[in-house]
Amino acid sequence: MNYTFTSKTKNICFILMGIGLLSLAGGFIADSHRAWPTLLHNAFFFMAIGLGALFFMAIQYAAEVGWSATVKRPMEAIASFLPYGAGIFGIVVIMSALHMNHIYHWADPAVTTEGSPEYDEIIAGKSAFLNPVFYIIRTVVYLAGWVLFYRAFMNRSEIERQGYDVKAWKKSQSLAAYFLVFFAVTSSTSSWDWIMSIDTHWFSTLFGWYTFAGFFVSALTIITLLVLHLKEKGLLPEVNDSHIHDLGKFMFAFSVFWTYLWFSQFMLIWYSNIPEEVTYYMDRFENYKFLFIFNLFLNFFFPFLVLMKRASKRNFALLKVVGVIILIGHWSDNFVMITPGVLKDHWHLGWVEIGTMLGFLGLFGFIVLKKLSSRPVDNPTHIFYEESVHHHI
Amino acid sequence: MSKQIIYGVFDDEEVLISSAKALRGQGVKIRDVFSPFPIHGLDPVIGIKPTRLSNAAFFYGMFGTSMAVLMTWYMMIHDWPMNVGGKPSFSWFQNMPAFIPVTFELTVFCAAHGMVLSYLLVNKIYPGRKAHNPDPRSTDDKFIMEIQTADNKKVAGSEIISVLRNTGAIEINQKEL
Repeated sequence: MNYTFTSKTKNICFILMGIGLLSLAGGFIADSHRAWPTLLHNAFFFMAIGLGALFFMAIQYAAEVGWSATVKRPMEAIASFLPYGAGIFGIVVIMSALHMNHIYHWADPAVTTEGSPEYDEIIAGKSAFLNPVFYIIRTVVYLAGWVLFYRAFMNRSEIERQGYDVKAWKKSQSLAAYFLVFFAVTSSTSSWDWIMSIDTHWFSTLFGWYTFAGFFVSALTIITLLVLHLKEKGLLPEVNDSHIHDLGKFMFAFSVFWTYLWFSQFMLIWYSNIPEEVTYYMDRFENYKFLFIFNLFLNFFFPFLVLMKRASKRNFALLKVVGVIILIGHWSDNFVMITPGVLKDHWHLGWVEIGTMLGFLGLFGFIVLKKLSSRPVDNPTHIFYEESVHHHI
Repeated sequence: MSKQIIYGVFDDEEVLISSAKALRGQGVKIRDVFSPFPIHGLDPVIGIKPTRLSNAAFFYGMFGTSMAVLMTWYMMIHDWPMNVGGKPSFSWFQNMPAFIPVTFELTVFCAAHGMVLSYLLVNKIYPGRKAHNPDPRSTDDKFIMEIQTADNKKVAGSEIISVLRNTGAIEINQKEL
């Protein structure tokens, strides 16, 4: 069965993209200090959703998962945003590393030049790692690596589509294993580079997992919402309540996982109260207190209490409400990760931020739905198709 | 009519399920099914309601949370305020991040132990309990359906037996109570 990308949906995507372009352009004209972190924030948020979907798909191969065969096409469609997201994000990040804006403090040559009034000994000590050349090389390796793996997965997917073929599936499985190793390292190091280095003095050893948990739960939520949408359109008749229940469980579990990492990072720093570390949270408590605390309600208490019951994980309407709230929560969590290091107390959450987000949403929706409509949404040649159709929990 | 237990013996779980559906269609109440392994989708067919263990677990967890809050408040704030790392020691709320690990552990502890104990109590399983198995073959390769005539006032025992026979039971045993 094919998903039809109607012109009405296309127009909605184009309107959103138009809003995004206008807000971004307006933002750059009005206050480029505000527009740059917004661009970085949204480019990262949406790219990472594509990456999270690709990671989830790789897990399905590596763990020989049967139930998810019928929801593989939506996963692939969401992962298809990765090359576009990586392109936009790569440009933004490389321009930032070249100090074309003030996102990365370390990118300012004056900070690491001895004798200059701006000289910062701590940052100079980190300059073997945090210097524009090495930084750009790393960025290119991460992004190119992920995109190459994405393309390899899509090629494998085409081969698997030719017919039931266990050997072909096995090859995809080893590809997934290689990807997972690459992802395990790069998901951590990339978040140090792109996000943690904004607060250049500060460091946290579990920051990579924290970032990962945030974008993975966002990706799972988007997968769930897309599957629900397709199911309600009648395009995924073989997806039953048990599949939806499992996706709901993933949303629930990884919301808790995110909270676990959020709290582990917070509690250790709060308790030890070392000046170098605690500044990160002091910035956020002084200027972002409401958002910072409110995130915990959006991303933990709400999904935790609402999705706890079995019946609510099978309730489409409730899953959609929780899904939208989780996405808003993680978008604003990323905002609180990126903005304080750049803008301190001069932050806004207004038309530039929301408009840019809508623009990226339009682009994301356009690319994902276009990919989805390019092939049938069912996956009958998958070797676990039969198992998935009879999935029952 | 005396009270009777009817045991329908099957050698295939699919046959048992379709037989159970036929019996339930006639309004027969099935007491239980003994099987060497869990049969997928059997519970709704023989009319077993979903377990309420998860609801109980929620309340055990809430109990654990409350106990942890009470304990940390009493020990660390009320009875013997302690200055640990210069953290405010006169208010539970301001010290709350330090107490969350304890609260989490006690919640999990109470929920898990409460669930296990409830399960054992509800199923009347205790050390030294004798096995209650109508037919030892149900631990090997046979599936046994138990129907009590006392549960089925409206359907005659002979009718139940004929339905069982027609739907593929390889053996039917009766026992007087």
